[in-house]
Amino acid sequence: MALPRNAGFERAIERFLFACASLSILVTIGIVAVLAFQTIQFFRTVSPVEFLFGTTWTPLFFDKQFGVLPLVAGTVLVSVVAMAVALPAGLLTAIYLSEYAPTSVRRVVKPVLEVLAGVPTVVYGYFALLFVTPLLQQVIPGLAGFNALSPGIVMGIMILPMVSSLSEDALHSVPRCLREGAYALGATRAQTTVRVVVPAAFSGVSAAAILAMSRAIGETMIVTIAAGQQPRLTASPLVPIETMTAYIVQVSLGDTPAGTLEYQTIFAVGMLLFASTFTLNLASNWLRDRLREEYI
Amino acid sequence: MMRRRRLNQLGEWALPGAGLVATFFGLAALVALLVDVATDGLGRLSWQFLTSVPSRRPEAAGIYSALVGSIFVMGLTATIAIPVGVGAAVYLEEYAKRGRWARLVEINITNLAGVPSIIYGMLGLALFVRALSFGRSVLAGAATLALLVLPVVILSTREALRAVPPSLREASYALGASRWQTIWHQVLPVAVPGILTGLILALSRAVGETAPLVMIGALTYVPFAPDGIWSPFTVLPIQIFNWVSRPQAEFHRNAAGGIIVLLGLLFLMNGLAAWIRDRVQVKAGQ
Repeated sequence: MALPRNAGFERAIERFLFACASLSILVTIGIVAVLAFQTIQFFRTVSPVEFLFGTTWTPLFFDKQFGVLPLVAGTVLVSVVAMAVALPAGLLTAIYLSEYAPTSVRRVVKPVLEVLAGVPTVVYGYFALLFVTPLLQQVIPGLAGFNALSPGIVMGIMILPMVSSLSEDALHSVPRCLREGAYALGATRAQTTVRVVVPAAFSGVSAAAILAMSRAIGETMIVTIAAGQQPRLTASPLVPIETMTAYIVQVSLGDTPAGTLEYQTIFAVGMLLFASTFTLNLASNWLRDRLREEYI
Repeated sequence: MMRRRRLNQLGEWALPGAGLVATFFGLAALVALLVDVATDGLGRLSWQFLTSVPSRRPEAAGIYSALVGSIFVMGLTATIAIPVGVGAAVYLEEYAKRGRWARLVEINITNLAGVPSIIYGMLGLALFVRALSFGRSVLAGAATLALLVLPVVILSTREALRAVPPSLREASYALGASRWQTIWHQVLPVAVPGILTGLILALSRAVGETAPLVMIGALTYVPFAPDGIWSPFTVLPIQIFNWVSRPQAEFHRNAAGGIIVLLGLLFLMNGLAAWIRDRVQVKAGQ
């Protein structure tokens, strides 16, 4: 006996599933629409030129200035510190795990490192403020209680597993014959790794680095807790600063009423944040696709 | 010439040495973090800490309302994210494998997975809290987190569906089953453990999120557990954030205690996911 079938029911199910899949597009449209709507409102009062190139950010003060550069500088500063930790450590870890470590070591170390990526960011904020900063203050006497260095280092630890795991995948996908060719020419293992394997996996490694940078720029709680809330145009990692994300949190904690200029600023800053991470994510995907085309 | 050779020999040791040091650095950071939190917070853990509500006096304060809030939000997030996420994955994997629309949705999901969580909070604030007038409720928080974890749910469910052998589908079709009958009776049951593992990992991400919930305004003094989807709420990460932001060391110890509870919860969830995965591997091996 044939199972009962109902063409109408089948069609309804398919429509429902189609709607579920399309919802993800609606989410993207929603994000862009929400950010754009408030940002346009904001630009009616403040010119985009003043916003993008102004060097003072005091929207919550009596004398309001809307130059976003101090927030951008704070974000870049913390992210650069994070990358300075995560990129060398992540790449070296990937090289060790992919080219040197025995399988048994890799099987244990990889999941343990991945635990680092699963630790909630508020926990990292606690760690940065109450462990790393006091530790660094013993070495660097002039270090303020809130600074860019400590959250930067901790953020580097957070994105390390992402860099190491994606880089390891890239190194792993380099065909064996390239290594064997290098050995046949008399190269040592270290020479093969540095001169052949890593350059061959370059697009994959840079895809990992860019994705990590994007994650660092969007990271919120570590910098909100440990970097201070003082927008400041500086290159010194030793003083309090404020990032774009920390500013958004600061305003939303204060319960600023909707429709005010202060409320609109967080959407303008959010738009800038979204645009930066979106561009970096696209670049990273493009590089990863290129790696795939090269070898697979 | 000699010098160069010596340099190369040095490189033979230096590269794996540096790699080992770097690997050790990551592991040491994890150990330092856990030891630091444990020494600060273990003394605070007690039945009283788990069953008390927040207070101005740090020694009387507890995480009851935050813990119940976290579990409540997590349940509601799962209720929203599971049907939508699994539905989207089934559509992409079983219905529209190679359409232009499917390709667009796919690229879009990859991009959504990289959007900073605070941006989801802004979407939640504008859409759920204000436009749909959910207010600063459990429902607004869960809906925001559901959108946040949706890409993870979709990607892991697709992975699980892809692992189901095509022969199973073909056999079902050969017996005269329709597409949905095949999916519902054959494909989904086989894929359930894989889907569950991905879901638990997605939810453990949701349970640790702070920024999006701060955005939608969950950071208030909440001395009671939520009693419905319209109730105001707080969650563990927000309570921890609140305590760590205060200057007094007593509150910092409370924050460490809260972190231990939060990490314990995450550990349980990940353990459950690993257990499910192992069981499946044993089954597949038989």
